Amino acid sequence: MSGHDHDHEHSELSETELRVRALETVLTEKGYVDPAALDLLIETYEKKVGPRNGARVVARAWTDPEYRKRLLADATPAIAELNYAGRQGEHIIALENTPKTHNMVVCTLCSCYPWPVLGLPPVWYKSAPYRSRAVSDPRGVLRDFGVELSPDTDIRIWDSTAEIRYFVLPMRPAGTDGWSEERLADLVTRDSMIGSGLPKHPNELG
Amino acid sequence: MPLDPRAAMHAAIAVPGVPRDADGPVFREPWEAQAFAMALALHQKGLFTWQEWAAALAREIKRAQAAGDPDTGETYYKHWLATLENLVAEKNVASRETLHRYRDAWDHAADRTPHGSPIELRSEDFG
Repeated sequence: MSGHDHDHEHSELSETELRVRALETVLTEKGYVDPAALDLLIETYEKKVGPRNGARVVARAWTDPEYRKRLLADATPAIAELNYAGRQGEHIIALENTPKTHNMVVCTLCSCYPWPVLGLPPVWYKSAPYRSRAVSDPRGVLRDFGVELSPDTDIRIWDSTAEIRYFVLPMRPAGTDGWSEERLADLVTRDSMIGSGLPKHPNELG
Repeated sequence: MPLDPRAAMHAAIAVPGVPRDADGPVFREPWEAQAFAMALALHQKGLFTWQEWAAALAREIKRAQAAGDPDTGETYYKHWLATLENLVAEKNVASRETLHRYRDAWDHAADRTPHGSPIELRSEDFG
């Protein structure tokens, strides 16, 4: 590698990630594992992987108007305030959902998917047809996910790039007045932070 | 048994030390969930019993501790991954050389993939 190569120009996998990918590829080729079945199982751990910083960020923004302002002005330092240190050069933009605008994020699942903030990516992120349909027919895709938006709500689609990651700041559910940040964070799902879903209803908390 | 959360819970109880909460296993990073799911799949293929897995994992942890592993719990899935590699080799599913070749190929794939694109393995990545 020449001295002019910089790490941010190509992708990076840690030594551990390389070994995991190697195993999965070999075991798949030999018929011992089915990657789709692995993905389905792993998807059930959506809320059991990583620090889930994003849910805390959203809950803080719901309860602290000053924090919300800072987050929407520049999300990277606002997220860092909650002790989440992103990868170098990573820039995160928070997209605010309002009654008029619903934001949804699509992603190519490159090596820098911000899982510490968003949690595990959804399986459909791997599907190119689904991603392109999210762009061409977002209302239809949302309907598939059980999200029916008012016809007056505009839907905006954001495609993550090499330098910019997005996450959605969903609207705070009604009926949560006076809730603690911690309790509110339990309402914040991965899907609500990429805009393919809405936060849980207060009644859904067990 | 399907590859599902019930099977995962069963494994998390059968194998000592699996970090978990009331619902089942919990993970610090995505790769840990992948390593866990692969062991589950191999168990279902009958490659090993959980008893056999637990013994192999215990041997790996002991070996790592003798080599200076801090034993803080943070390295649990590192040992899990090493155990997968050990058993896959011992059971003649894939040799260490093969695993290493694929590891290098993925490294090559990452290197030639521009930042921001998904990393995919191609035949050209095998040098």
